[in-house]
Amino acid sequence: MTLMIDTGNYIAAKAAIMAKPDVVAAYPITPQTTLVEGIANYVKTGEFKGEYICVESEHSAMCACIGASAAGVRTFTGTSSHGLLLMHEMLHWAALARLPVVMCNINRVVGPGWNIWPDENDSISQRDTGWIQFYCSSNQEIFDTIIQAFKLAENEKVLLPVMISYNAFILSHTSMPVEIPDQKEIDDFLRKRKSKWKLDINNPITFGNIILPADYEKIRKDMQNSSENAKKLIPEIAKEWKKKFGRYHGDLIERYKCENAEYILLAMGAIGAESKVSIDNLRKEGLKVGLARVRTFRPFPKEDILKLGKQADLIVIDRNISVGSEGALFSEVKASLYDKSDTKVYGFIAGLGGKDVTYNDIEIICKKAIKGKVKDCEWYGLEGV
Amino acid sequence: MAIKDLPDTECVLPGSAACPGCPATMGLRIVFKALGKNTIMVVPACCTAVIESLHPHTSFDIPVMNIAFEAAAAGASGVEAALRQQGKEDTTVVAWAGDGGTYDIGIQALSGALERQTNFIYICYNNQIYSNTGIQRSGATPYGAWTTTTVGGKTEFRKEMGEIIQAHHIPYSAQTCVSYPEDLYNKLKKAKGIKGPKYIEIMAPCPPGWRFPMEKTVEMGTMAVETGAWALYEVENDKMTFNGKSKLILEKKIERKPIEEWIKYQGRFRHLFKPEKDVKRLKAIEEHTDQMWDRYRRCYL
Ligand SMILES: Cc1ncc(C[n+]2csc(CCOP(=O)(O)OP(=O)(O)O)c2C)c(N)n1
Ligand code: SF4
Ligand SMILES: [Mg+2]
Repeated sequence: MTLMIDTGNYIAAKAAIMAKPDVVAAYPITPQTTLVEGIANYVKTGEFKGEYICVESEHSAMCACIGASAAGVRTFTGTSSHGLLLMHEMLHWAALARLPVVMCNINRVVGPGWNIWPDENDSISQRDTGWIQFYCSSNQEIFDTIIQAFKLAENEKVLLPVMISYNAFILSHTSMPVEIPDQKEIDDFLRKRKSKWKLDINNPITFGNIILPADYEKIRKDMQNSSENAKKLIPEIAKEWKKKFGRYHGDLIERYKCENAEYILLAMGAIGAESKVSIDNLRKEGLKVGLARVRTFRPFPKEDILKLGKQADLIVIDRNISVGSEGALFSEVKASLYDKSDTKVYGFIAGLGGKDVTYNDIEIICKKAIKGKVKDCEWYGLEGV
Repeated sequence: MAIKDLPDTECVLPGSAACPGCPATMGLRIVFKALGKNTIMVVPACCTAVIESLHPHTSFDIPVMNIAFEAAAAGASGVEAALRQQGKEDTTVVAWAGDGGTYDIGIQALSGALERQTNFIYICYNNQIYSNTGIQRSGATPYGAWTTTTVGGKTEFRKEMGEIIQAHHIPYSAQTCVSYPEDLYNKLKKAKGIKGPKYIEIMAPCPPGWRFPMEKTVEMGTMAVETGAWALYEVENDKMTFNGKSKLILEKKIERKPIEEWIKYQGRFRHLFKPEKDVKRLKAIEEHTDQMWDRYRRCYL
């Protein structure tokens, strides 16, 4: 075990190479660039022995990962915002082809206008592609989640690609101390990928040809079943990690001071981390507020949320907006409770375009909700606009 | 090598979903004879994705990975890298795409893979249209040709993919035609023996797309070459050699036949002949072809 003090991107690069992917294919975009540069440096030092394909676009990055993964090896890539959106068609492809590609996405605003700050609309808009989606809130969590993600994605009961998102700059470019296990320990935890099937000249199969509706629907159902399997496996893998390395970031959700809480705040990513400070302050004031930081948006932890909803009223902060509807987490939280609980759910949109969301803002949001004076889905700090 | 001496290897299984007289299946049969079974093929959206037949069946006796329309070269890059990591460098990776997937939507990924020196063979079977989607124009569609999106005949000339490829200065590229199986076979054999990116384009006359009877595919290909509408050549490390009739045309040892002799048998050009001859457009086609050959002579003779 060593301690590495570095930015989210360099930590992600370290995790990626320690997972020993055979093929990395990537294309640079701010604020992901230092991640791909980090991997390029490991090529130079010889610490990364796989193939590093410097493709000409993110679309091709995902295609190359798909090709390599279909040929049976472990693959990794990273992107952000417009790069993720350019991949969109291939995100569906990777998931439907059941290829366990692992990818980091640095949550960044989508243009126009050009803006490189944090905002989760990029990955939220990819929610229906079939990818498992993690949202991290510290560099340590980024490291741990990347290694765990390979184990999850490559599990035969899952075989779905995994996207690990973290906020631009707040994590991607901020240094934090991170415990790095020894390579041997990681190798013990994460074995070499064994693919059930692959492009193999001794077993010539045609993958992805024309398929009729009845068979196609079975594939979709199998993806859904596998996502449910992932729901069970994510906590198991997290526990195994905890046992081995002593660190734990929660399962599908990280619960913070939820015992006896009358209000539970739900948030993701960096806002989720910032919220812990707010919860401490609110508790000091005698307000019984807890935090449920949602780590996986897909599979969505609806059973956990229902449990929380039976205990407390819920306050949701979204750093995204599904225009024409509301914040995506807000919608999904309410859907999880539908017909099973009449808990109040308060929704807030905050931090779009990279606008800062401080612990102070989060406290104001919680107090507003506790007073019950909230419109259906409120834009925090934008009243009257 | 004579046709009768080609290997017996057959990777295109009987019962495929191709149209009768399909140039793609003709080409693929020869391709696999040259490359053998130690081959993995990447196929983007195109007629071949249909020819493959329905899941869970297949008409190919080698591993095939389907990929999105614009993605053949990038997908193949990934396969190639993965094979190298597994020590299986003796397996040939081939991307097999249509002219739409090559000239138009896939040109970026193709250019990238060539520039990165990906060790694969990229084959474009050029039927001069988007056939899969029901005959729309592509960047390879010739001037004057009817398609469902160029209803009065295409108003632009096709692009010269061969010359675009040459600008990448890859170790090997070639143009061939399904009507010349030996030429096709030899070029693939040669490509297989060379490391790095290889590009081969196959002229592939398509009966339903060009509107000619299905037994005329081979003839349409031969005529394309004899009229100089299509040239057989290969480029090894920037050295260009013309082959067969194309060599004779280049060296002016024979005259190319008028393009008219080729297109008058194709329904897609009918409007150039009926109700009356469109002299202006026919002249433009001949002139453009002459210009192409003049350029070839200037550059490569
Ligand atoms: C992104 C995308 N756009 C459009 C299509 C629809 N499409 C499928 S095949 C095809 C045309 C293929 O033409 P070509 O590459 O020449 O192959 P051919 O069908 O002639 O064999 C089109 C437009 C698609 N599959 N994907
Ligand atoms: S449309 Fe043309 S290329 Fe496509 S299957 Fe039919 S004959 Fe072959
Ligand atoms: Mg075509």
